[in-house]
Amino acid sequence: MKTTITVNGQARTLDVDSRTTLLDALREHLGLIGSKKGCDHGQCGACTVLVNGARINSCLSLLVMHDGDQVTTIEGLGTAENLHPVQQAFLENDAFQCGYCTPGQICSAVGMLQEAADGWPSQVMEDVAALVDLTEAEIRERMSGNICRCSAYPQIVAAIRSVAGDAA
Amino acid sequence: MRPFTYERAADALSAVKAVAENPGAKFLAGGTNLLDLMKLDIERPTHLVDVGRLPFAGVEEVNGGLRVGGAMVNSKLAAHPRVRELYPVLVRALVSGASGQLRNKATTAGNLLQRTRCAYFYDTTKPCNKRQPGSGCSALEGVHGSHDAIFGASKACIASHPSDMAVALTVLGASVETLTPSGASRTLAVQDLHRLPGDTPQVETDLAPGELITAVLLPPPPEGGQVYRKVRGRASYAHGIASVAVAGGRVALGAVAHKPWRAAHIEDALAAGASAVEAAEAELSKADRSDRNALKIALVGRLAAAAIEESKTRRTA
Amino acid sequence: MSSVKDWAAPNPITENRGGLIGKGVDRYEGRLKVTGSAPYAYEVDAPSRPAIGYMATAAIAKGRIARIDTKAAEASPGVLLVWSHLNAPAQAPRGTRANPRSQRPSNPVLASDRIENFGQTVAFVVADTFENARAAANLVEIEYAAEPGVVDFVASLDQADQPPGEEDVHIGDFPAAYAAAPVSVDETYESPIQNHVQMEPCATTAWWDGDKVTVHTSIQMVKGGQHALAETLAIPSADVHLLTRYIGGGFGGKGQAYDDLILAALGARALGRPVKLAYTRQQMFHGTIHRPAVSMRVRLGAQPDGRLTAFAVEATTHCARNAIFTEHAANFSRNLYAAPNRLTGHRLVKMDLPGAGPMRAPGEAPGMLSLECAMDELAEKLGLDPIELRIRNEPEVDPETGKPFSVRQLVRCMREGAAHFGWERRKAQPRQVRDGRWLVGMGMAAAIRGNFLLPAKAGVRIDADGIITLRQGMTDIGTGTYTILAQIAAETMGVPMEQVKVEMGDSDFPPAPGSGGQFGAATAGSAAYDAGMNLRKALTELAVGDPNSPLYGGPAEYVTFENGNIAIENRSETLAALVARAAPEGVYVEGSISPAADARDYSQHTYGAHFAEVGVDVVTGEVRMRKMFGVFAAGRILNAKTAKSQITGGMIWGVGTALTESNVVDPRYGSFINQDMAGYLVPAHADIVDLDAVFLDEADDKANPMGIKGVGELGICGAGAAVANAIYNATGVRLRDYPMTPEKVLAGMLAVGL
Repeated sequence: MKTTITVNGQARTLDVDSRTTLLDALREHLGLIGSKKGCDHGQCGACTVLVNGARINSCLSLLVMHDGDQVTTIEGLGTAENLHPVQQAFLENDAFQCGYCTPGQICSAVGMLQEAADGWPSQVMEDVAALVDLTEAEIRERMSGNICRCSAYPQIVAAIRSVAGDAA
Repeated sequence: MRPFTYERAADALSAVKAVAENPGAKFLAGGTNLLDLMKLDIERPTHLVDVGRLPFAGVEEVNGGLRVGGAMVNSKLAAHPRVRELYPVLVRALVSGASGQLRNKATTAGNLLQRTRCAYFYDTTKPCNKRQPGSGCSALEGVHGSHDAIFGASKACIASHPSDMAVALTVLGASVETLTPSGASRTLAVQDLHRLPGDTPQVETDLAPGELITAVLLPPPPEGGQVYRKVRGRASYAHGIASVAVAGGRVALGAVAHKPWRAAHIEDALAAGASAVEAAEAELSKADRSDRNALKIALVGRLAAAAIEESKTRRTA
Repeated sequence: MSSVKDWAAPNPITENRGGLIGKGVDRYEGRLKVTGSAPYAYEVDAPSRPAIGYMATAAIAKGRIARIDTKAAEASPGVLLVWSHLNAPAQAPRGTRANPRSQRPSNPVLASDRIENFGQTVAFVVADTFENARAAANLVEIEYAAEPGVVDFVASLDQADQPPGEEDVHIGDFPAAYAAAPVSVDETYESPIQNHVQMEPCATTAWWDGDKVTVHTSIQMVKGGQHALAETLAIPSADVHLLTRYIGGGFGGKGQAYDDLILAALGARALGRPVKLAYTRQQMFHGTIHRPAVSMRVRLGAQPDGRLTAFAVEATTHCARNAIFTEHAANFSRNLYAAPNRLTGHRLVKMDLPGAGPMRAPGEAPGMLSLECAMDELAEKLGLDPIELRIRNEPEVDPETGKPFSVRQLVRCMREGAAHFGWERRKAQPRQVRDGRWLVGMGMAAAIRGNFLLPAKAGVRIDADGIITLRQGMTDIGTGTYTILAQIAAETMGVPMEQVKVEMGDSDFPPAPGSGGQFGAATAGSAAYDAGMNLRKALTELAVGDPNSPLYGGPAEYVTFENGNIAIENRSETLAALVARAAPEGVYVEGSISPAADARDYSQHTYGAHFAEVGVDVVTGEVRMRKMFGVFAAGRILNAKTAKSQITGGMIWGVGTALTESNVVDPRYGSFINQDMAGYLVPAHADIVDLDAVFLDEADDKANPMGIKGVGELGICGAGAAVANAIYNATGVRLRDYPMTPEKVLAGMLAVGL
């Protein structure tokens, strides 16, 4: 069935099998290979994209559910010549190794920073009604939906901290 | 994944009718559990009715409590200022479940209706009465006991309900508001929503075919501190081995039964002046003991007692 | 053959005039990875739209397929082909080599009705779309005739035999010395089956052009993959063009070709169009190798002053019945501590589980979980600090062979680590520190991992624009190979990084053994260095022999390469000018490395020391990391950033080993019960707190011309033991069964009255 989504600012209409996930639509039908399939079951975070600004696992969503939605993938954040600040921070902090979880980590970080700025709570807060102080512990908790088997976690936290610090 | 047709529901009643009239139809909201299971050929709907955009995504003040839309996503519910103010136990349960990404997709109703994470349910090469009624329960003599039910299990199924949120809703005395195929709405306590497995573990709730959860009603918060604690294999993004929610004198346990488990014996003991440890023992002494769950029973008892103690130091909402 | 003495002379890498060696330059391919534009094997551009493959896998551990019905699958929408053992294309018999020089033999898929392990591929579907292929694969109906198999390791220990071709190592008289030792430890440690869980599941895209097949696949070893496919398809390896440019993690699990490679190639040939195929995450657990479980008995006998007099490490492990592999979990212990009377050896159980194979630091990773805890236990019995105990048993020469160490800074690693970590805060007595609901403790462990150098080649060319391109059949599995090769090439040629290109992962390029055994950087890097030195020679000859060069007629031995220039004192020109003028078609040379004839006259290893601080929830037994620090000595470090990422990544694997990672076999079914990333828990962000590492200054001139060693595996070695020792220090609970899950810790706490 026909579905129109806006991907990285561009309206795209696809007529594909209703079983097609948002992830497979991006990768297989729109040529946007940056979003990765690590588990296809919402257990790794490599497929993370932003839908209407919110980070989601694109593997656990059907394309047909997103008619009219705004989707931002890693390709929409920055280019090799003009990196997004989070991409730049990942590069400088060596916040990745094999690179397969990296687009998901970066999209997740962008979504997470907005959630934190919006004051959303996390389980490491002593008082869930309090204001968010984006400490390392907060970043770690909020990024836990993105597995990095190369285990670049310390560098990822450092990269995100450097961007969060700049924003503050 | 089997082929299916898809429709986006125009309104709640037509959605309910569409599912009620078609035995192969299912509601789709966030999809985080349903699509997971469809990919594994565990769920095989032939028609999906997408209720994710029905206007049930807000929070309203009702009689000193709140009415939460069934389609509201978990992260927004946790971030709602009134929810944070009144129901810290619910917020903590929500944000200790899954991941930021999943919480942005999973809905209130879908969270309640998620299916067990029992490894044998997920492995389609193994017998499972929930998946294939009559095939047997391979978890019963299985090796991975940490998520097993210790209350209310049957010979047919020892799976536990995985939701964190449902445990908090149970302790808060919340109820669900549904729309039935006749167009009537009814209200059902969350603690009565799910069933124990008995001989029909494939039937998980008391909802009729096509009945849609449109809202969760939260009564005014009880007096007393609220606590949610969850035990799991790693620090985040893992299903619970056990959890406990405390709100005032009320206690509910998670990952211990086919449903969120209201610990009535604990509550009675506490009301009668028992210590936290004694109260926990009152509940755990009633657990289904087997040769392999002694540790889980001990864990749940310790966890419950600790959470009850902790609740005494927490603010009243 | 060369000698290590040849390697000791100063050279452009050891002189490091450009300062690129050791510098933490950003990853060469980093911009591609952070923008998601690096194409992995499933994502490459094919000549036309690929058809999609999907595998159906066996539901039993052992037996045969009694009946298979593929009619429903064949009739399913979009299906292009369905294969089972009844109609799969002919392939060479398993284990055969038409070409005796092939690095890997034939490994056919769907070759018979026999089932040798749960999850074995039993049918293959290709369809027009992923959705159609997956749906059709689920429609393949199979009836099995199951047979009993050996699937329970612990219950099968009595079936363990000596691994083929191996003998135990006896030195002195262990039994007598152990019996006479006034202080002793005799404990058995269990480490479970573990899975690599590379983020990218194995995948291949394949297409044919006449008799030649092009495959993009996710594999650590270029030649091994090329040869495995050629042998299986019974075609010349020259007809297989294998590419593997970006690899989403390997860790040893992608050291071999799997069914995706064979089936994608066969499917593409049969259909006359490109085919691509990826394992699902669930299929990865049974369809590719795992680290086997190891049961390790450690016996230590010591004098009251701590000197070891008797030392035994015996490891029993398992492998698949038809794929012999030994996890050499005792080997590391042969080089670590002095003791005159020694016994080390291995036993192997052949089982009907999926294949066991190498996973990050095979041998050391599980092996050190035993001895490094036993040393902690012995230290407590002796009333010694665990570091002091290790120092008292620091050998002068290799304790087994008597060979000199090339360089060994283990004691310095422990001392500097202790100082930096604040080891003096540790209470020798366990269960002394409480922080709210947390019992807090510290533990340490030593780290050792062998160093290796394998034969390799490299090609390097310079073009008229001055761009230097290094080409090698090498891989980068996230290790940083692209980057360090670029640094080596740039430093050798005296040019800035921007002037260097690195092209890898192509079977047409000069071969290197690939990524594994932490030999990659030294092996590929040394060949790249040699190629660079040969290019220097070629350019020197070109310049001094060219009347139009300012260097014309100059003495070749005074030629220098710096800042993009070739020079003799103040006579210089740019490399670009020289090549554009004197060799406008460019200059290409190759280089190579092979192990020195006398390299094995030295005991050569990398070393380290781990320090861990944990909190244990006094109610639930949950263990949470609070701090971890490591000090490592691993030769000259090529890139401060990427080397540190490798080392800390390994340490985090140690955390997973200690706390969460285990594939649990249900012996009724012979399958892993946890077969996804929700069931097999690797560390998440929240698990890793305040973790850091440093390298000591070191150069090992016995290792290779550059004095570098590997860092990819050292970080995991011993790391889990440091965590286990910290759990003991926190709680007084000594667990010897990894991983230390909340249930196990709680059981231990209940046993000691906590």
